[in-house]
Amino acid sequence: MCQCASDAEPKTKEAVELDKVLAKYAGKKGALIPVLQAAQDIYGYLPAEVLKEISAQLKIPLSKIYGVVTFYAQFHLNPRGRNIIRVCLGTACHVRGGAKISEAVTKAVGIKDGETTEDLRYTFESVACLGACGLAPVMMVNDDTHGRLTPDIVADLLERYK
Amino acid sequence: MQLFRAHVLVCGGTGCVSSGSKKIQEAITDELVKQKLDKEVKVVETGCHGFCEMGPIVIVYPEGTFYCRVQVEDVSELVSEHLVKGRTVQRLLFKAPVTEEQVPSYRDIAFYAKQQRVALRNCGHIDPEHIQEYIARDGYEGLAKALTSMTPEQVVEEMKKSGLRGRGGGGFPTGLKWGFAAKSPGPKKYIICNADEGDPGAFMDRSVLEGDPHSVLEGMLIGAYAIGADEGYIYVRAEYPLAIKRLRVAIAQAEELGLLGDNIMGTGFSCRLNIKEGAGAFVCGEETALMASIEGSRGMPNPRPPFPAVKGLWAKPSNINNVETYANVPVIFLHGAEKFASVGTENSKGTKVFALTGKLRNTGLAEVPMGISLREIIFDIGGGIMDDKKFKAVQIGGPSGGCIPEQHLDTPVDYDSLIALGAMMGSGGLVVMDETSCMVDVARFFLNFTQKESCGKCTPCREGTKRMLEILQKICDGNGVPEDITTLERLGGVVKNTALCGLGQTAPNPILATLRYFRHEYEAHINDKKCPAGVCSALLEYKIVADNCKGCGACARVCPVGAITGEKKEPHEIDTSKCIKCGSCIEKCKFDAIVKG
Repeated sequence: MCQCASDAEPKTKEAVELDKVLAKYAGKKGALIPVLQAAQDIYGYLPAEVLKEISAQLKIPLSKIYGVVTFYAQFHLNPRGRNIIRVCLGTACHVRGGAKISEAVTKAVGIKDGETTEDLRYTFESVACLGACGLAPVMMVNDDTHGRLTPDIVADLLERYK
Repeated sequence: MQLFRAHVLVCGGTGCVSSGSKKIQEAITDELVKQKLDKEVKVVETGCHGFCEMGPIVIVYPEGTFYCRVQVEDVSELVSEHLVKGRTVQRLLFKAPVTEEQVPSYRDIAFYAKQQRVALRNCGHIDPEHIQEYIARDGYEGLAKALTSMTPEQVVEEMKKSGLRGRGGGGFPTGLKWGFAAKSPGPKKYIICNADEGDPGAFMDRSVLEGDPHSVLEGMLIGAYAIGADEGYIYVRAEYPLAIKRLRVAIAQAEELGLLGDNIMGTGFSCRLNIKEGAGAFVCGEETALMASIEGSRGMPNPRPPFPAVKGLWAKPSNINNVETYANVPVIFLHGAEKFASVGTENSKGTKVFALTGKLRNTGLAEVPMGISLREIIFDIGGGIMDDKKFKAVQIGGPSGGCIPEQHLDTPVDYDSLIALGAMMGSGGLVVMDETSCMVDVARFFLNFTQKESCGKCTPCREGTKRMLEILQKICDGNGVPEDITTLERLGGVVKNTALCGLGQTAPNPILATLRYFRHEYEAHINDKKCPAGVCSALLEYKIVADNCKGCGACARVCPVGAITGEKKEPHEIDTSKCIKCGSCIEKCKFDAIVKG
């Protein structure tokens, strides 16, 4: 007798959400990227199990999904911090001292570009342009844009994000 | 309809929001209620005014008084003085950079006076989340005219007559492009808007999407009618959450009024528009890569031909233009192609939005007629160089463009003149650099960007950008040899001629242009092992000028490696073997006693 149904653990809240997303996009053209974006919103990153599930449901080979995930800067295969620090190193920020802001972030939270703190409080990334060049140098923490920065205010500013 | 005696416009663009405009808007609304003026004065959240440097910006109509850098503490005074007593709050007015004169009116500020706003016509003047405000400014009238009184062929002809060229980079004539897609046979075609604005230093598309999303929708619908498309996509960067939100609102409102969707305005023409969020890849700004990304694949470019007009999205004929291009379209149909073409130069018609950034007094967005000189843009609108430093170069066109030096500042700006100077219009990013910017470092900066963003599909771009970057890095580190310059020129030429897409073909431009005008800086790095601008840290040496040093010890305390020593009140010294050239000492010194060079 098949035991699968009785052995299976109840679905997590995240898995239920993912099912809804997959149902919404079922059979639609070009669904992969929006589904990955939604899955990352649910889980905070893209765990391997989730990619396998998406592969099975959308009938897209896992290899192709892996190719797409690793191509775009937005997708992450590892857990990320609760607060995402994005320091702009675009042209306007570059000529107005963006690199000094980047150094100040490293000094304040102890991680380099691309790293996540062990307590998962912060992830630090550099980006090429946030489109707020009038306020250079700029950084974004989560959805808040902070402009006209100086290195000495960075630590206090980051401290606000728990 | 309720009438108000005054309107307070608060900028809700990303720049001003990050300067705190949301709090200002709430504070004004509360203050109006407190002073019982909420029935007489209306607060409106608008899109970007373009003068982000001065944010948060508040404009009070009917007078058009322009208040800048408004803080929450200023709100109660602003309401009781301006809106109750009718007196301007002098201290919040804009101060002209050189004369220090206070300028009360929006129109008299030099930053705005020279502008001619077409694509940005509504930005900052209407509430982008209310379609009625767009309609009140003649919105959707151009579409109505095209749908009810013109055939698709006539629409294409009108576009050709207008002389509008693509505002996203290459400058291809829009009417021609539409003509190709219109001629392609097939019942299913797509209209696409490229809103994947990725050039560092450009934010005009963001401003249009946030400040006037309907103008883009209207332009796309006119294009869809011309080529025979019934479906469209707007591909927006995920880094622009506010733009995505406003587009969603705009699409929903237009659908509700029958201006979008099935049977538009009862004419039988139908078109649906969808939003696709980009996932963070610069190369997706290239049209074939963008379409691959919409299809859910890796965003890699494909060889052309076949052009998208023949075989585009899902192998169907497609037309793709950028945000600013579409925003210009309704105006052409509202006032006619002749009127549009009366502005600009022989081969570049209309206006162009430039994003002024870098070492300028006034940064922000400026829309100017084609043919204006760079000098006027930088010195009249931009207010000249910050801190009275000397102008060195202006970088135009982002990672695909080049640097233009002082002697060419009087050239009239259009697509062709910029290419002749070794730069390009690109998306219109304009980064001004002063004497403290090193041109080799700037070239390295852009190559680092294109190298990271190279998708890796074709060898010239994948390998070529990597090798060029290595050479530039070597020069900046002080290890350059004279042959490096010839290697860079040769390699740059090869990549330019052989790369698959626009990203690779233009990637060498920042090097080739700086070599053309600033070769002496490369030579100084290579031959004299000096960085004339004092940027490349490996080539710098920090020294204390004994005459200026008061012996305060501030530098010694801040030095992270203990390289500075000296007795109190006596001139200090730097041990160059320990110095890591971080520059902290220069920042702390109050007496200009530390020099680098």
